[in-house]
Amino acid sequence: MTLRPAAARITWLVGGALLVLGACVLALVVGPTDIPRGGVLRESVDRLTPFAVDSGLSTTQESIVWNLRLPRVALGLLVGASLATAGATYQGVFRNPLADPYLLGVAAGGGLGATIAFINRWGDAQGAFDGVQIAAFAGALSSVAITWVVGVLGDRSRSPTSLILAGVAVASFFTAMQTFLQQRNAEDIRQIYTWFLGGLTTSGWDETLQLLPVAIVCVLVLAFSGRTLDVLAVGDEEASMLGLSVGRSRVVLVVVASLLTASAVAVSGLIAFVGLIVPHTVRLLFGSSFRAIVPMSILVGAGFLVLCDLAARTVLSPAELPIGVVTAFFGAPFFVVILRTAVLR
Amino acid sequence: MTAITATDIVVKVKGTTLLHGVDLEVRSGEWLSIIGPNGAGKSTLLRAIGGAIKSTGSLRIGDDELGSLSGRERAQRVAWVPQSPVVPPGMKVLDYVLLGRTAHLHPLASEGSGDVDVVESILTDLDLHPLAHRHVSTLSGGERQRTVIARALAQQTTILLLDEPTTALDLGHQQEVLSLLWNRHQQCGLTIVSTMHDLTLAGSFADRLVLLAAGRVAAEGSAVDVLTEPNIETHYGAQVSVRREGDTVLVLPRIEPPNSSESTKPDPNEENLR
Repeated sequence: MTLRPAAARITWLVGGALLVLGACVLALVVGPTDIPRGGVLRESVDRLTPFAVDSGLSTTQESIVWNLRLPRVALGLLVGASLATAGATYQGVFRNPLADPYLLGVAAGGGLGATIAFINRWGDAQGAFDGVQIAAFAGALSSVAITWVVGVLGDRSRSPTSLILAGVAVASFFTAMQTFLQQRNAEDIRQIYTWFLGGLTTSGWDETLQLLPVAIVCVLVLAFSGRTLDVLAVGDEEASMLGLSVGRSRVVLVVVASLLTASAVAVSGLIAFVGLIVPHTVRLLFGSSFRAIVPMSILVGAGFLVLCDLAARTVLSPAELPIGVVTAFFGAPFFVVILRTAVLR
Repeated sequence: MTAITATDIVVKVKGTTLLHGVDLEVRSGEWLSIIGPNGAGKSTLLRAIGGAIKSTGSLRIGDDELGSLSGRERAQRVAWVPQSPVVPPGMKVLDYVLLGRTAHLHPLASEGSGDVDVVESILTDLDLHPLAHRHVSTLSGGERQRTVIARALAQQTTILLLDEPTTALDLGHQQEVLSLLWNRHQQCGLTIVSTMHDLTLAGSFADRLVLLAAGRVAAEGSAVDVLTEPNIETHYGAQVSVRREGDTVLVLPRIEPPNSSESTKPDPNEENLR
């Protein structure tokens, strides 16, 4: 018998990549405006590859493909991969299956930042960086930093439990502030609420290009951290005796995953469910080693969010559903099916 | 050559002193077993030697102070088999044993073919090769304990710390696990420090015993020197008969049925070690 350590097998990675590609093609060719499918694909090849291809589309149609559909699909890929990878990392670092990327207060902090930005009309300014995005990013990272300080002050060993409890306390405090501000500024509630439900509305490529560098670096670091997460699974004491620098590893993983989440939240709002369900689905399908979970979560998260966004913008076309509603609506039953299949297997 | 030198080791946890100035020396290639009643500080001493718990005093691994070694360097010299290891659900035997290679890998690296070869050889030696792709949580007690030992051996250290390696195992599995360790100890010159509750087994396998009581060394020496009825009665509060059979010292509990005076009479044929 050949001994092969746990890893994301090449066949799984290729299969996952093909599914992501399929989701992207589907999301590109389907939309409220009827554009010839072949033309959409030719235009995409022409724009994204060195090969010059005549798409045969009108200027308006070319603009729809290049300025609306492609950036939206690209943003869906990045946000989906980011949230799923961060969720898988949090579940490993905190040895908690209920952990999601918003565990340490990112959602509450990002939400407070966005609320402040909406109330002060910071989002109305023109430029590459939107005020709401900057405020949400700053709020999300601040909340994690405060959670970390509170958790370490409460327990110098920085145990996962103390950090989770600190996250609960900080999130509650930030949510209370958020609610207070919203009550005092009722005219902005609709706008704020829409942001809370998340969305991949884009203005050209700005959002995608803002997220791209952070996402690539952080996702790559986490993709190679699966083994470290497997070592952490045996508990701090044993992991330390195996030679892992537990404290340092936990700090690096939490910082990278939080940076990734905060960046995603800044451009897409609070998209629920992806960071929790995707890693679990991957675990049920591909085994419980993080060496497989993290890379497969990147692919499944990316493909899943692109498909959810496709549903969000087509189901009630021309109106759009908040993507957070779609991720939960389709994700929950899908997870139940996977769970049942895995249990019966 | 000395593998471990512990001088005046004191361990305090939340204001309670668990070890009161313990001195200990373990020679290279020796099997030292720490015995003592519950709460004597056996596991605490073992964890202090492994660096898993903070202590004061001096602890040297070979020529180096334990505190001067990084976690990685320490794990390349000392491996630990915990009393109640954490087994992550769904983890396979091969992947679990490969965790033992952590100290030999860069933080973001995966195991190479050399690491897999090391682990494969250990799995073969421990008769675990056919179980390599089984989930650890589905193994029997003996198989699971062998798997945990395999992970420690995969660290390729010269010192192995074993915390109650035979607890929760039946008699056959106890012998199997200890024989396996004995072979490693003999063939590879592995230095072993173990804590054990079964005094007969401790005396049979270890070269030397240290009896801890209330965080202090109460007796030290060969099984014949340490496993005496007064020592055991004083520190364990147990009534035992100690007999010798060849090189083996047998520690047998003396059970007195209610209202039976005859059972307390000494056996005239018994070679008493009082």
